[in-house]
Amino acid sequence: MVPPTGSAGPDPDGTTLPAAAVPGGRSASGAVPPVWVRRARLLDADALRRVHTRIAHEIVERNQGAEAVVLVGLYTRGVAVARRLADAIGAFEGVTVPVGALDVAFYRDDIALRPVQPLGPTEVPVDVTGRVVVLVDDVLFTGRTVRAALDALTELGRPRAVQLAVLIDRGHRELPIRADFVGKNLPTHEDDDVRVRLAETDGTDDGIELWSPAALGDPGADPGADPGPDPDEARP
Amino acid sequence: MKHLLSVGDLDRTGIEQLLELATSFREVTRREIPKVPALRGKVVVSLFYEDSTRTRISFETAAKRLSCDVMGFSVASSSVTKGESLRDTVQTIEAMGIDAVVMRHSAAGAPHRVAEWIDASVVNAGDGCHEHPTQALLDLLTLRHRIGPGLDGARIAIVGDILHSRVARSGAHAFAALGADVTLVAPPTMLPSTVAGWPVTVSHDLDAVLGDLDVVYLLRIQRERQRETRFPSLREYTARYGLTVERAARLRPEALIMHPGPMNRGVEIAAEVAEGPASLITEQVANGVAMRMAVLYELLGAGGGHG
Repeated sequence: MVPPTGSAGPDPDGTTLPAAAVPGGRSASGAVPPVWVRRARLLDADALRRVHTRIAHEIVERNQGAEAVVLVGLYTRGVAVARRLADAIGAFEGVTVPVGALDVAFYRDDIALRPVQPLGPTEVPVDVTGRVVVLVDDVLFTGRTVRAALDALTELGRPRAVQLAVLIDRGHRELPIRADFVGKNLPTHEDDDVRVRLAETDGTDDGIELWSPAALGDPGADPGADPGPDPDEARP
Repeated sequence: MKHLLSVGDLDRTGIEQLLELATSFREVTRREIPKVPALRGKVVVSLFYEDSTRTRISFETAAKRLSCDVMGFSVASSSVTKGESLRDTVQTIEAMGIDAVVMRHSAAGAPHRVAEWIDASVVNAGDGCHEHPTQALLDLLTLRHRIGPGLDGARIAIVGDILHSRVARSGAHAFAALGADVTLVAPPTMLPSTVAGWPVTVSHDLDAVLGDLDVVYLLRIQRERQRETRFPSLREYTARYGLTVERAARLRPEALIMHPGPMNRGVEIAAEVAEGPASLITEQVANGVAMRMAVLYELLGAGGGHG
């Protein structure tokens, strides 16, 4: 990938470039994808550990214990986060909280708008009926994944209540959905990419970063090796 | 992917992706509510010009578990009996607004022609003695969950009336595509005049290859396709090519037995063998629904028509 140059210029047909552009002179919506730039490192491994610990305590406090709680992670990173929350609750509360994994691919509303592939097997080890299900994901954005998860969950039983825990709430909801437990509220631009990396799923150090497409005249940008946005989090 | 007409439409990667998808649907089919809303509003027509129980029911079940609307078509009660041509029939059905046609026909290549005539996706559910790609895929899915993800080096014999078998043609290519070592076992009268282009070896002697096999795949003796006698008698066929109890005892202990159904018990396979622990026949049927869900999802959902 070429780092952004910051130099402006007309594109080949003479129109003004949009905000997100690449040095090749093509718009971000054209065939050439934008160059992504890291804007900020939001949470490092220590901060993430504290976030997990705090959310784990909040879940237990809200539900007056953890006996009725089932943590259900949404693939892929939500499952890892759910396991970490369960470990934390086990450590300070001495209760083993069941952890499930939910694949929402077949419940999404953008099937046929983009290639939607399942990310893993749905496995919820206990009957959810009568329990409090805490859905767990890494980033809450449009709310469409959570909407699909609520439908998928309905077919597994009738929980007493469903709550939602996320590491990052980045706004831009398109549905009336909110999180009960939030690691960090993060104002973002719609085109930004919040990149969560966890040891279990990414084989790297834990960390959350904010990336965005390079704008013109971008002196403050912090160019880094650019893996591109995660296709599972891209919007159609 | 727009159509599934032939195993040859898929390379190894394509096959493996479909098997991976089918594995997700295996989990769905085992749920208390074995249904997902993935293809809500899509219309699938099953257009069967030949008799079928399992394939037709399997496809229709798969479509319903994906929340498709399914329209059945049976030749006996349709305008086909008034002499309507295949082209007119499929174009009439398409005009009603459909997304996919699942088609079985006695003429080899009929689904390929239909795919040229209409915009909807076409799935070949068996065309004459030519191909039956979803049978081959469900057989791969069954083996994948017993042997492992790849079939590299697995020794598979397909035994029986190769000449008339679309299962053999699709199966041989699919097994070989995943790395299996495929042998066709049949009397010369039941083999095509040439197997050039088939990734197989040929044997006329089941007893000679029996002891080396990982999988014995038995074909049905298709009495409805025998326009001329290919063998003196069924008893003689069984004596030389049937998987009798005695022959099954000479298989390696871990060898597996498959059959696409419907079985002629006592002809190509002994009833005791079909129901024994090495038999995957029931698993094949169960996997058929998950595999066909994957095919329909790939054609109508996952690829979104872009692939």
